[in-house]
Amino acid sequence: MRKPGSARSRQKRSADAVAAGLALLALTAAVAPEDTVVGDAIPSSLTGAAGDPVRGREIVVDRRLGACLLCHTGPFPEEKFQGTLAPDLAGAGSRWSEGQLRLRLVDPTRLNPDTIMPAYYRVEGLTRVGLAWRGKPILTTEQIEDVIAFLLTLRD
Amino acid sequence: MRTLLAAGLALAAATAAAAEIALDARRSGYDFARPEIRAMQDDETANPGMLWVLQGESLWARKADAAAKSCQDCHGDAAVSMKGVAARYPAFDPVLARPLDLEQRVNRCRSEHQGAEPLAWESEDLLALTAFVARQSRGVPITVTASPTLRPFLDLGKELFHQREGQLNLSCSQCHDDNWGKRLAGSVIPQGHPTGYPIYRLEWQSLGSLQRRLRNCMTAVRAEPFDYGAPQAVALELYLMERAGGMPMDAPAVRP
Ligand code: HEC
Ligand code: HEC
Repeated sequence: MRKPGSARSRQKRSADAVAAGLALLALTAAVAPEDTVVGDAIPSSLTGAAGDPVRGREIVVDRRLGACLLCHTGPFPEEKFQGTLAPDLAGAGSRWSEGQLRLRLVDPTRLNPDTIMPAYYRVEGLTRVGLAWRGKPILTTEQIEDVIAFLLTLRD
Repeated sequence: MRTLLAAGLALAAATAAAAEIALDARRSGYDFARPEIRAMQDDETANPGMLWVLQGESLWARKADAAAKSCQDCHGDAAVSMKGVAARYPAFDPVLARPLDLEQRVNRCRSEHQGAEPLAWESEDLLALTAFVARQSRGVPITVTASPTLRPFLDLGKELFHQREGQLNLSCSQCHDDNWGKRLAGSVIPQGHPTGYPIYRLEWQSLGSLQRRLRNCMTAVRAEPFDYGAPQAVALELYLMERAGGMPMDAPAVRP
């Protein structure tokens, strides 16, 4: 991953590419540590430690914290209102590796620019973010690791 | 440079306009509502919005402040003079050189013709007057169209409708063009046609304006909502009305 705004990238940017460069920044600038994306995954933990699957489950079902069930359904029999905008989370841990899940949470627009799934750890390239949320990612690195640890327990 | 190109393509994909809803696939929010809610809307004695309509009817005839003139003194019988009016708002005001929505029109009449203070957004009196006026357009098809003077405002509204916003980074279009009919947690996503405003919303336990509804959607995606009456908010209303062109008005509607 290229570091947005680094001396090297500034040099490379020709005058007529300034606009495109700005667009590029908007798309790729993330608070995620750079140079951590490998293929379609972020292989190493954002905190350097493994997350807690029990806390992860709480975050996933919490309407305000993870808000995952706004869009997704999943194996949560106690949750009455689940979304139908996104794939069922059951089996997510069999379909995806830990690193793939991490990139999908940190910034799914890197895989599909049109996706409706929010980037849970990106603060750049957003428009008119409400005051209360401005400059803050949706989840903290610890919370993301907790969610990943939980998703890995969802096996077919 | 190759990275720039790749990103340029990705960006083009990200901003490509989503498919608009085909004319014959358009549905009012009424069609997505539960049968009890539809029944409540249809029955005048059960529709809570009718309380505001009645209140508006008495305000219509009441003389306001300094000028001691009522709406009725200028406009006469609302059943005649106000029929179809709400169906063509927001409308262009040549003096201000911008579109005004119905709420702003009412307040403009107050300041220009009645020498009265503007009514606050979402105040009982403003909701009552707009509900009463909108009621006169029941069944009238929406006729907001792109006149040359409205064009730039419509374009702005359309752009805002397709712009991703907020911490959740979603556009109106991603929900209302691309995912209507699906469930966002417990709520069915309607197509977002403003046929029935002001609406009685069960969640609010009150009547509310279209702008209030838009603010709800904006805060849901954790965006900073536009101020009441802001040009962007009116532009969005305008685009929504044009997008719903031809659909019959059904104010005051009832929604979950
Ligand atoms: C606003 C909608 C939305 C929200 C909120 C959302 N997602 Fe998603 N998610 C999607 C969509 C749509 C996809 C399908 C792939 C795509 O479009 O990128 C997806 C894909 C995924 C996938 C891979 C799908 C698979 O095949 O199993 C996982 C895992 C996932 N989401 C987890 C989460 C978690 C965990 C959260 C909350 C912390 C969350 N999502 C919140 C919309 C959403
Ligand atoms: C994340 C999904 C989502 C986004 C983004 C969204 N909305 Fe909505 N919208 C909804 C849902 C769900 C409802 C219905 C809520 C209910 O009835 O409980 C709704 C209702 C509406 C209605 C009321 C329709 C009626 O029948 O009364 C309008 C108008 C509307 N939205 C316009 C907009 C506009 C304009 C934007 C962008 C500023 C927007 N929405 C963004 C999900 C969304």
